[in-house]
Amino acid sequence: MALATHSASRSRASLGRKLADLVTGYAFISPNLLLLTLFLFVPLGWAFVLSFQDVGSFGPATWAGLDNYRQLVTDSVFWRTLLNTGVFTVATVPTSVAIGLGLAVLLDKAMPARGVFRTVIVLPIVISGLVTSLIGLLMFREGVGLANGMLRAVGFGGLSWQSNGALAMLSLVLMTLWTRVGFAMVVYLAALQDVPAELYEAAELDGAGPWRRFTNVTVPTVGPTTLFLLVVNVIWSFQIFDVVYVMTNGGPGYATSMLVTYAYDRGFGPSHLFGYGSTIGVVIFVLTLVLTLVQLRLRRGSGDVT
Amino acid sequence: MRTWVRVLVCAVIAVVMVFPVYAMVVVSLTPKADLYAGGAHLWPSEFTLSNFRGLFDRFPLGQWFANSVMVAAITTLLSVTVNLLAGYALAKIRFAGRSVLFLLVLSTLMIPTQAIMIPQFRVVSSLGLYGTFWAVILPSAATALGIFLARQFMLSVPDELLEAARVDGAGNLKIFLRIVLPLSKPLIAVMVLIAFMGQWNDFLWPLITLKDPDLYTLPVAMRFLQGQFVNDYGALMAMALMASLPLVVLFLFLQRYFVEGLTRTGLK
Repeated sequence: MALATHSASRSRASLGRKLADLVTGYAFISPNLLLLTLFLFVPLGWAFVLSFQDVGSFGPATWAGLDNYRQLVTDSVFWRTLLNTGVFTVATVPTSVAIGLGLAVLLDKAMPARGVFRTVIVLPIVISGLVTSLIGLLMFREGVGLANGMLRAVGFGGLSWQSNGALAMLSLVLMTLWTRVGFAMVVYLAALQDVPAELYEAAELDGAGPWRRFTNVTVPTVGPTTLFLLVVNVIWSFQIFDVVYVMTNGGPGYATSMLVTYAYDRGFGPSHLFGYGSTIGVVIFVLTLVLTLVQLRLRRGSGDVT
Repeated sequence: MRTWVRVLVCAVIAVVMVFPVYAMVVVSLTPKADLYAGGAHLWPSEFTLSNFRGLFDRFPLGQWFANSVMVAAITTLLSVTVNLLAGYALAKIRFAGRSVLFLLVLSTLMIPTQAIMIPQFRVVSSLGLYGTFWAVILPSAATALGIFLARQFMLSVPDELLEAARVDGAGNLKIFLRIVLPLSKPLIAVMVLIAFMGQWNDFLWPLITLKDPDLYTLPVAMRFLQGQFVNDYGALMAMALMASLPLVVLFLFLQRYFVEGLTRTGLK
């Protein structure tokens, strides 16, 4: 009898607890959910809606069906910005990841001044895109930039960093790498701590030199880290805005225009084409999603092998 | 590789990495006459603070700094609070719909904000926030990454600790405030740094949502000054240096937390 009352009161208590957990659970998460809904989910849905509308900053929106997408397909500037974004991504992603790995291996083992070297390499992470861009201009201005000054000082002619499209792109890539390699290095340094020392010893016993040990032990063991870095770097490169907007403003011509700078230009420039700008946004979203999923799939594939 | 070879290679790399910062500092201290004389100046004829003085005389620099501090501080406070609460709920409270909500939150990691800036701008305008600090603050307050970090960390807090408190009659709020928060100091440090740095350095979104120059945050103000000065790099670098200094100092003192925070973002 006593036992029965006890268990009844316990189940009542646990029901009360469940209810309390349900209420507090939702109460705790709701401020966050409200913000995410307002500023991420609603805009994401709205972006798709806008992409089917003809809408400027004034006047009502009118349905345009597939007009925006049709216009996009025939818009040579859009294709140019897509190509530029691709080139920029290819030029920045594998390089920052590879340089990061090289730096991590170089700075993994004890050596004099290791802490200073690490600090100096990581520091640009905290420098804003705007400051990076202004420094970039200081370096790569065509007339009196530091890069050309130094080139002339050692007997070369100055390069046309701003009027030559390829060189303008290179200047963007270089400044971007400056801010990115430190992140890759730090993440790799953490990953290297998890590589078992026995693997290196075994490889050494088998007569593998430093390079073989690097390619056959280090690279495969940090594989998951590499894929993580590739995913985030691709996302960052696809969303590049600050350095482009400030350093080249997409020029010369459209030689360095990117998807995001073009979307900004359409949406917030003088033309205020919110519908068309959103259509470019949808393309950015879908491409980012596809690229991320492809890389995650590759990661699962490679996970089976190793 | 021999140690001295490694040191040499690292020294060369360090010089390359430091060079842009060095150039910023030196140019900001270079007299205008030197800069207009053309050519590369890696060492000025004399050091001067005139570039800094010129800025303070002509522009509301203190105001811009205060704006940046305020916007970044409020964003940080708000985002750390809501993300900690959500992280606790997702890690330690059992309720129906929890896993679905977690997946929903996680999926937002895939949404690049630049792709939805136009509808985001329209949401902000519809709410009557355009041109106010809230337009800058609120959209960056809830971040999937923040919730994710909080949840992962709190999963590691032992359940027995929480159960013991429950037996003593403590509710979720009390457990969260009295037990979980004191254990989460390293997590909070990391979240504060990430949130503060993100907002302090953000450019595109404040550029879209702020219109009154008196409300500009530092990155937007720098863009504005670039239009004013065009080729006066002494002034521009002085501004860039001042805008970077707070984070650089913070970084040098809290490097361990920064590195840990950045590495944690790599958690799967």
